[in-house]
Amino acid sequence: MKRREFIKQTSLASSIVFVPSFVNAFDSVLHQSLGHKRLVIIQLDGGNDGLNTIVPFRNDIYYKNRPSLAIKSNDLIKATDDIGFHSSLKPLKRLFDNGYVSILNNVGYPDPNRSHFRSMDIWQTASHSNQSLTSGWIGRYLDAYGKAPYDAIEVDESLSLAMKGETLSAIATNNAQRLFKTSQEPYFKSIIKHSSDSHLNEHNLGYLYKTLIAAESSAKHIYETSKTFSSKQQYPNTQFAKQLKTTAEFINSGLQTKVYYTSLNGFDTHANQINTQSRLLSQYAEGVESFVNDLKQNGTFKDTLILTFSEFGRRVKQNAANGTDHGTANNVFIIGENLKNQGFYNNLASLEDLDSNGDLKFEIDFRTIYATLLNKWLNVDDEKILNHTFQQLNFV
Amino acid sequence: MTQREIQHLYWRAGFGILPKQLQQLAQKSRVEIVDDLFDNSTRVTPLKIEASEFEHIDFQSLKQDKEALKKFTKLLQDKLIDFNEAWIDRLNKPKELLRERMTLFWANHFVCRENNTLFAQQYNNTLREHALGNFRSFTKAVSKETAMIKYLNLKQNRKQSPNENFARELMELFTLGKGNYTEQDIKESARAFTGYNHDFYGAYKFRRFQHDYDEKTFFNRTGDFSGDDIIDIILLEKQCARFICEKVYRYFVNTNINKHQIEEMVEMFYPKYDIEDLMRFVFMSDWFYEEPNIGTKIKSPIDLIVGLHKDVPMQFSDQKHLLALQKMLGQVLLRPPNVAGWKGGTQWIDSNTILLRLRLPSLLLNSAHISTKQKGEFNDRLDSFIKRKKEKHLPYKVEHDWKHFEAEYKSVSNKDLQDYMLVAKPSAEIQSFLNELGKTSKQEYCIQLMSLPEYQMC
Repeated sequence: MKRREFIKQTSLASSIVFVPSFVNAFDSVLHQSLGHKRLVIIQLDGGNDGLNTIVPFRNDIYYKNRPSLAIKSNDLIKATDDIGFHSSLKPLKRLFDNGYVSILNNVGYPDPNRSHFRSMDIWQTASHSNQSLTSGWIGRYLDAYGKAPYDAIEVDESLSLAMKGETLSAIATNNAQRLFKTSQEPYFKSIIKHSSDSHLNEHNLGYLYKTLIAAESSAKHIYETSKTFSSKQQYPNTQFAKQLKTTAEFINSGLQTKVYYTSLNGFDTHANQINTQSRLLSQYAEGVESFVNDLKQNGTFKDTLILTFSEFGRRVKQNAANGTDHGTANNVFIIGENLKNQGFYNNLASLEDLDSNGDLKFEIDFRTIYATLLNKWLNVDDEKILNHTFQQLNFV
Repeated sequence: MTQREIQHLYWRAGFGILPKQLQQLAQKSRVEIVDDLFDNSTRVTPLKIEASEFEHIDFQSLKQDKEALKKFTKLLQDKLIDFNEAWIDRLNKPKELLRERMTLFWANHFVCRENNTLFAQQYNNTLREHALGNFRSFTKAVSKETAMIKYLNLKQNRKQSPNENFARELMELFTLGKGNYTEQDIKESARAFTGYNHDFYGAYKFRRFQHDYDEKTFFNRTGDFSGDDIIDIILLEKQCARFICEKVYRYFVNTNINKHQIEEMVEMFYPKYDIEDLMRFVFMSDWFYEEPNIGTKIKSPIDLIVGLHKDVPMQFSDQKHLLALQKMLGQVLLRPPNVAGWKGGTQWIDSNTILLRLRLPSLLLNSAHISTKQKGEFNDRLDSFIKRKKEKHLPYKVEHDWKHFEAEYKSVSNKDLQDYMLVAKPSAEIQSFLNELGKTSKQEYCIQLMSLPEYQMC
C-alpha cells in the first residue's frame, strides 16, 4: 500500500470529527441501517465457581459435596423451582427478570485443561485443547474484517492474546486522554511526517511505521470521539465498574468499535471462598447493571451484547480450606435486549455423571458460542475466524 | 570485517556492540572474530539465585505438614521474580555471550513454563549447558527434565493411561513440524515415554512399573522402543534437521526463508546435529552478511531492554517495574504465552507496544523527554527545564549511568553516532529530518536516535 493511501485510510475516521455535522449525521444513519452491532466481553479471571453462582438448591449431591460451602436455599435468590442465584447477584437477577439474560450452563471443551494460564489461552485463542495458536479469536476477526486498531478496544493497559491478530491487533486503553497524549509526542509526529513510501514498503521496518501511524490516528480518533460524551450514570466505586463506565462512554459517544474487552480478576478461590466470591460477584453484578442502564438511557443497549466467561469452573467437591480447586465446565452469561432464548438456555450440569477428577462433563463447546456471536451477531463468516465449523446456537 | 558486518554479527549472536570493542575488532578477519565468539562461549556458567532457605529441606517431614508444604510451595513460586531478574542481569553482563544468546533462543524452542523456581532454574541451566552442544543429547536431556515432565504431562503418562501431550509437541514443535508424522506415530511414541517422572528435589526418576515395555511401531519400525530410541528415530529424518535449520534461520538470519541457504545448513547439520558447527557455518557464510539480512529484524522486548542497558546501564529501584515493563512489551522471561512460544517479528508490534517502545528510551533514560529542537533554536536551557518538570511525574525510579555512555562513545562524534546506534538504514526523509535537528548534547541526540523506529530493528 502506498503511504498516502494508507494515511488516508487510517486517518479517514479521525477526520470525521472535523466534517460538518450533517455529514456526520448521515454517517451514523448509514451505520444504523447496516446494523452496527457490538460485543462487550467480560473475562472473570481465576476460574469463577459456577456451581455457587447459579445454584441447584434441590440437589443433594451439591450439599453433600460442599458441607461448609454450599449455599442454603434460603440464602439464594430463586429463579426457578430448583435454581437460585447467589445473593450477590441481585442486580443481575433484575436484568434476568427483564429478559435480558441468557444463561448457558455447562460450557467447556473436550479434554479440559486445569491450568489457569493454559485454559485461558484456549479460551482466548479458541484453540483445541491440544493445539497452541499465536493469535486470538478477536484478533483473527480483525485480520479478516477490521480496518483500524480501534475496531476492537481492550479497556486495560495492554492487550490480551485474544485481541492480537496476525496482521491487525486491537488497541488497549483505559484512559483515552493519556493514550492520546502519548501518541501526540511531538517527536513522533515529526517521524510520521517524514515517513516515506520506501519505508512503508519495507517488510519489518515498514510495519513499525504503519503501526505507529495507525496507533496515532486510532488514539486520536478514540480520544476526540469519546471526549464529546461523559456518562451521567452512577457506577459503583470499583476498578471493574470504572472499566465498564469507560466502555459505556466509548459506546455512547458514537465510536464504531465492534468489540470491547474487560476483565475482573481474583476468582481463584482455593481458600475461604465465601467472602471473596461474594465480594467479586457483587462487583460484577452491580457494575453490569449500571452499564446496562447507561446504555439503555442512551439507546445503545439494543445493539450491544455482553458475554461473560471464566477460564474454567471449579471442582464439585470442596477442599479442606473452605475453598474449591480448579475444575472444568462453567456457566456463561449472555446479556442483551432482544435475546432469542431468555432465561436458562439449557439444563444445569449433572452432578451425578462426573469425570475421573470429579469435575463436570461439558455439554456446550465454548467455540459454538463464539461461532454464534460471530455469525449471528457480528454478521461475519465464523469459519474463516475459527478455522473450523461449529454448530450455531440460538441465543441471538 | 567491516564495522557494519561486525555490528550485524554482534546483534544477532549477542545484544549489540559498543564503540571501543567495535574499533578493536575492526582490524580482524571474519574467521578470527567468529572464532573469538565461540572460544569465549566454551565454558558454561550456570545461572543460580540465592536460595539457601530451600536447602536441607526434608521432604518426608514436609509431607506431614500440609500448611508448611503450602508455604514452601508459595515461597518457591515467589522466587521466580528473582530468577527472571537474574536472567536479565545475566544478559546484561554475559560471561559467555553467544551461549547466552543461544540459551534465549532455545528457551523459545523447548518452551516450558514452571512455577517451582528451583526446577525452572535447573531447566534453564540445562538449556544453557546444551545450547551449543549436540541436538540429540539436548532433546533427550529436555525430555528428562523435571520442568518438562510436569509441563507436558509426562508425569501423567502411564502404561495404563498414556498421555500424548509430550509426544505430540516433541514432533510438532521440537523436532519435525506439523504434517510430518501421523496421529498413530503420536500414540505409539507416547507409550515409549511412559514412566518418566521426577522426585521432590527435581531429579529424574524412571518408574519402570509405569513404563510400557511392549512393542511399538513408529515411523515403520517395530521394537520395544524407549523414549531415547524414539528421539533417535526422529533424528534419522532429514526433516528434523531442516525444521531446526529453518528455525535458526528465521531467528538469526531473516524471517523470510531462503530455501537454498536452508539446504546448505541442513547438509552441515545432518546427521551429526552439532549445534556449534551449524552456528559457525551460519556466521561464516557470505549470505549471512548480505544487506537484506542486516538491520531487518524487529528486536524482541528483551533485545530492546538489554540493548538499551548496553549503551546506558540502568537499574530499576523496584524490580516489579522491570517485570511490569516486560509484561507491557509482551515478553516476560520464563512466562511464554503457550508451548508454541513467542512468534516474534511483527507479532511483537501493536498500537500500544509501538508507542511504548518508541517512548521507552526517553522514559527510562531521559525523564521522558525527547528534544525536538530544530536548527537555529537556541533554547538550550528549555530541554533541562522540561526534563526537571517531567521527572516529578514519573511513576518509577531508574538509576542510569550516562558516564558509561560518555566514556564508551567519547571518540564518536555526534555526526557518526547514528552509525553506532542504528543498524537499520534510515530513509532519505528520516535522514534529512535527523540532519535538520538542532545541535544538542550527545546524550539528547542519543535519545533522539533511540526514539526512532529504526532503533527497534537489529
